[in-house]
Amino acid sequence: MKNTLSVLVENQPGVLSKVAGLFSRRGFNIDSLAVGTTENQKISRMTIVVDGDAHLVEQVEKQLNKLIPVIKVKVLEPGRFIGCEPSLVKVSCKIRQHAEIMNIAELMGASIVDVAPQSLTLQFTGSEERAETLLGLLKPYGIKEVVRAGMIAIEKGAVTALSSGVAPQPGRAVQPGEKN
Amino acid sequence: MVSGAEMMVRCLENENVGMVFGYPGAAICPFYDFLGRSSIRHILVRQEQNAAHEASGYARASGAPGVCVATSGPGATNLITGIAAAYMDSIPLIVITGQVNSWLLGRDVFQEADITGACASFTKHSYLVKDAKEIPRIFKEAFHIASTGRNGPVLIDVPTDVQNATVESFVYPQKAQIRGYRPRTQGHAMQVRKAAEAVARAERPLLVCGGGVVSAGARDELISFAGRTKIPVVSTMMGLGVVPMDSPLYLGMIGMHGHKNANEAMREADLILLCGARVGDRAVSDPQQVSEGTVIVHIDIDPAEIGKNMEVDIPIVGDIRLVLRALSAQVECTAPAAWQERVRAEKAAFLPKGKPRGGKGTLEPRSFLRALSAMMEPDAILCADVGQNQIWAVNNFNVKEGRFLTSGGLGAMGYALPAAIGAKLAKPERQVVCICGDGSFQMCMCELATLKREGLPILIVLMQNDRLGMVWEIQKKQYGRCPATVLDGNPDFVKLAGAYGIPAARAEDNAQAERLARGMLASNGPALLVCAVDPDEPTL
Repeated sequence: MKNTLSVLVENQPGVLSKVAGLFSRRGFNIDSLAVGTTENQKISRMTIVVDGDAHLVEQVEKQLNKLIPVIKVKVLEPGRFIGCEPSLVKVSCKIRQHAEIMNIAELMGASIVDVAPQSLTLQFTGSEERAETLLGLLKPYGIKEVVRAGMIAIEKGAVTALSSGVAPQPGRAVQPGEKN
Repeated sequence: MVSGAEMMVRCLENENVGMVFGYPGAAICPFYDFLGRSSIRHILVRQEQNAAHEASGYARASGAPGVCVATSGPGATNLITGIAAAYMDSIPLIVITGQVNSWLLGRDVFQEADITGACASFTKHSYLVKDAKEIPRIFKEAFHIASTGRNGPVLIDVPTDVQNATVESFVYPQKAQIRGYRPRTQGHAMQVRKAAEAVARAERPLLVCGGGVVSAGARDELISFAGRTKIPVVSTMMGLGVVPMDSPLYLGMIGMHGHKNANEAMREADLILLCGARVGDRAVSDPQQVSEGTVIVHIDIDPAEIGKNMEVDIPIVGDIRLVLRALSAQVECTAPAAWQERVRAEKAAFLPKGKPRGGKGTLEPRSFLRALSAMMEPDAILCADVGQNQIWAVNNFNVKEGRFLTSGGLGAMGYALPAAIGAKLAKPERQVVCICGDGSFQMCMCELATLKREGLPILIVLMQNDRLGMVWEIQKKQYGRCPATVLDGNPDFVKLAGAYGIPAARAEDNAQAERLARGMLASNGPALLVCAVDPDEPTL
């Protein structure tokens, strides 16, 4: 089962290696990891997709929480978040085929970001399934290169990763299994 | 103006560090220059690994973080086993390493090693200091992280130029503020109530005392809870020393090398209260077997330990001391008498193994360790190494009001002697005995120099069978052949100690060993007792 975790971390050198290292040494399977800055320049967000059962995800969450630069870990509930996976596809084609490919791009909601005599580059954002469909449609023309980034995700509605609190008041009653 | 190196020393002073264990080198010289001018005592080890182990023994005996120091490159990498051992046993260490000049980082220059990277998986946290201004904050945070929550080693790697850089003034922060780190101490009230209800319902309740009870300083709370509720107690190896062996409530050590009756109690119990025990494979080889139909309450300061190795019914995250107090306040009942009698009868039927002998050229180690235990003061500190000597010690030496130190998690050979040195320096008024084998002793015997120089009255009991006894036993039983486990070429250990000026003697029967040990304990100086042991002596 795929699980999506939204992880807020201190924007410091070495944090990515700490997080990535944790996955490898604990034998957690990482599907994708995307990292970028947030609205607060001192905080970065990692969106991590892991494959595993509920027990494994609980361990991933708890072990991530043990890392000092990790501020908040949230396992996103399926159906309660918007995910997007960007990809760039370079297709080899003759100029006379441009119209056909532009047609496919329009149908799939991709945009053409680079045009050259021998190639077209498409930018696409969508689920893995839709990305596969797009690649299937482009395959007959000759796919030269595919670049994909890991999924980034945001929760639906007004709730944010931080809205449940970064620094709670001391003495707050805490559920078992929360951050140590 | 104040330099980075001076600030490092002043940070240690602000944390009331009285002693550091270390080995200097070029990249840490600026720090040593100020250390030498301070009142902090420096214990010069003979290899860096021992600095980490000594700091570990010091930390465990004193309750405060142990501090060790090494230079960059090989100095730092030599520390690794000690850091990993401390991490596995949740011991608070502050590890300070020198590093090459920061502009040379990543160029593979002389004595450069990426030590923060190398130690990532066995430090609680680490810092590579890039700016001298950060030193006070980093030290404050490091001490806070190492000694709160689940304790552990924190590494601070300081490039030489950062040690030499100067800042306007030194101000040590009052408090560490780390938004990603909020250790939890109070157990969740609802979970505690559930646990109390489970205790009231249980017909065969059992307390499992793990190393967390020792780390939390919850000895009194556990003994009083068990005493009042009459719930029998078993221990993991790391939890030894909390409840004395001869206490009527104590059943014995669980696990692969533990007591049969204690393991039996684990199987029979219908409620198991795991207190700071992480259910490692050596303690509970098959968690499935235990958890079938049994209610498991798991109390631990580290939420990640709960549910990691064993399914848990009632998780309680918190400081065991506080959780046990809260639980104690809610439990009125006592364990059913039938259950108490049954486990007590099973304990009584489990007789200690091994009888004293003479005239064979070797002594019987288990009965000797019982005799040794009986002649020591109640608050003596026992340090055991890894291997047969360790299992003989844990199953026969009764730690009454003292402490038991061993490398339980990592199982690092060569731990006992340096740990004993650290413990003795922390608690000079207590008797300290170090049990080791001829394999483990030879991994750290250079520390005889440290022992001599500091003049520490530690009794080293060296079990000599000219074998890596435990591995030899496994090979013999499981493989039929025993390659590479015979220690031919062993020195004359008595002469070796003599070369360091340390009194030593060899015992070849139990009566002689007891007589020598008694004399050595009375001598008020370091001493080595070499015990001739038959290679075929079984571990259990």
